Amino acid sequence: MSNIPENLHYSKDHEWIGVEGDTGTVGITDHAQHALGDVVYVELPKVGDQFESHQSFGSVESVKAVSELYMPVAGEIVEVNESLQDEPEKVNTDPYGAAWMVRVRITEAGAVDKLMTAAEYEDYTKAETE
Amino acid sequence: MTINESLVFERSMPGRQGYRLPALDVDETLLDELLPADLRRDDDLEGMPELSEPDVVRHFTRISTWNYNIDLGMYPLGSCTMKYNSRLNERVARIGGFGNLHPLASDEDAQGALQVIYELQHHLSEITGLPGISLQPAAGAHGEMTGVMLIRAFLDARDGVGEGDAPRRHLMLIPDSAHGTNPASAHLSGFTVKTIRSTPEGQTDLEHLREICATGDVAGLMLTNPNTVGLFERDIREICRIVHEAGGLVYMDGANMNALVGVARPGDMGVDVIHLNLHKTFSTPHGGGGPGSGPCCCTTELEPFLPVPRVVRDGEGFKFDFNFPRSIGRVKAFYGNFGMFTRALSYILTHGPDGLREATEAAVLNARYIAHALTSDYDKPFDAPPMHEVVFTDKRQSRKGVHTLDIAKRLIDYGFHPMTIYFPLIVQGAMLIEPTESVGRQEIQQFIDAMRAIAREAQDTPDLVINAPHTTRIGRLDEAAAARKPVLRWKPEEKATAA
Repeated sequence: MSNIPENLHYSKDHEWIGVEGDTGTVGITDHAQHALGDVVYVELPKVGDQFESHQSFGSVESVKAVSELYMPVAGEIVEVNESLQDEPEKVNTDPYGAAWMVRVRITEAGAVDKLMTAAEYEDYTKAETE
Repeated sequence: MTINESLVFERSMPGRQGYRLPALDVDETLLDELLPADLRRDDDLEGMPELSEPDVVRHFTRISTWNYNIDLGMYPLGSCTMKYNSRLNERVARIGGFGNLHPLASDEDAQGALQVIYELQHHLSEITGLPGISLQPAAGAHGEMTGVMLIRAFLDARDGVGEGDAPRRHLMLIPDSAHGTNPASAHLSGFTVKTIRSTPEGQTDLEHLREICATGDVAGLMLTNPNTVGLFERDIREICRIVHEAGGLVYMDGANMNALVGVARPGDMGVDVIHLNLHKTFSTPHGGGGPGSGPCCCTTELEPFLPVPRVVRDGEGFKFDFNFPRSIGRVKAFYGNFGMFTRALSYILTHGPDGLREATEAAVLNARYIAHALTSDYDKPFDAPPMHEVVFTDKRQSRKGVHTLDIAKRLIDYGFHPMTIYFPLIVQGAMLIEPTESVGRQEIQQFIDAMRAIAREAQDTPDLVINAPHTTRIGRLDEAAAARKPVLRWKPEEKATAA
């Protein structure tokens, strides 16, 4: 089954966020990359862009389809993983590590607590696949 | 085993040529007098393939036989309406007066062509129930874009323009099952796209629609009907009423008109503007560069904003009329893809009203027949009877590791073009099948038998499906590598590794 690290928070749109202070690192889950299939292109925002939670901040294109990326929390982009331009396959091979997508300065206090824990996300993905 | 065909560059033989110039019978002029040296290449056309005429003809004829096409068999590509392109339509399009007409011919020298445009406009208006029409748009997404521009022009005239040329009303509502071009068209016209959810039954969620319309910021709704899961939006009248009461307009994506022609009219449902695809519904060639044609039909309220020129009556004859001051302007050079108009008019006139209705009924019946026949083998996410196309999923087969892509590839081994896969996006592992009215009972049965055989293989010998296709010149292509590291052109230095 899919890999769900304990130390991260999860959204219903299958993004994960790891938090240190007021900075969050965002990517998509192992479950999501598996459902997407081979990722061939990742479109990411620019540093300084601001997003509400649930707002689309980019897209991932797989051989099947293009899917939107949604912000798990409101925030401002402080860093973007440029290496995904040349190596989108990292989303498939290392979704929680080398394929982090953006770092955000979280602008909404307590927003992370509204997300799912690893255990809750595991139940959520099980319910979604039946 | 079959052998792959080498490229013309690889087949080149130095000195071989396909022509011989006759002896010069005029005075020779120095090239320098005609073309300055700095504009000429000096490499003696290094690397250009050198071939004889038979070399070229045989090469292209051979590779043309590898193609799958609508003249070869059923092409059940959902949402694309790949119907037969009749030979009569082709013959009509090649009548000298149409085929050889110069695009800059004066109105009086082009009366026949103008009459074709005028009459086709009349028939398409009748079919859609929408009186305003322009045949200019060159394809579906272009017609869609034109339709949204009409909405924008109408709203700007009614409500005024906002700050920085922005629309006063921002939101263009689009269901989550929509074609990807819909949000693109809305965005290009300055609107913000807001997604409307679908219900578990595959219909537009009316509660969600009402909720968003209550914000008062709604410019319009872009709806495909039947929608992309092949279901008729039963609440279409109510949907249009909700959007109209909120001050917005309803655009209908006409991609699926093959389920409605001669039976139901979008204008009667409350739709304000629609585009048609002549290359789908009206049997003009689709794919391979078509070219397409995407007429845009609208209500009398939107008519003043239609593109110019428009073809109108002029006494006994016809003329291009440019005098519509509120028009959004021209959207296509000359007057659209005229060759498609002759074909579409030929299609409409040879069928007549009863024939068009019969074609629609046959298209729906064929899809329902497939829906019924395959329900025991494949998971069908929506219970309602489909219209002209039906969606299945790979849910049962995926338990054995066989997915939609594998089933599509295996279908090639059975001699069919695959169905549309992984669309619509709201259905996981979607297989969208649209047989059209152009297939007979036997061919539909062969398709059903093939799909059933694949379902059995997925159960008993899954590897056979997972590794398909087996009968083609090239096996399973690495689509991920092709997208990640595309090789876009042949290069001489890669010749050795390609062999």
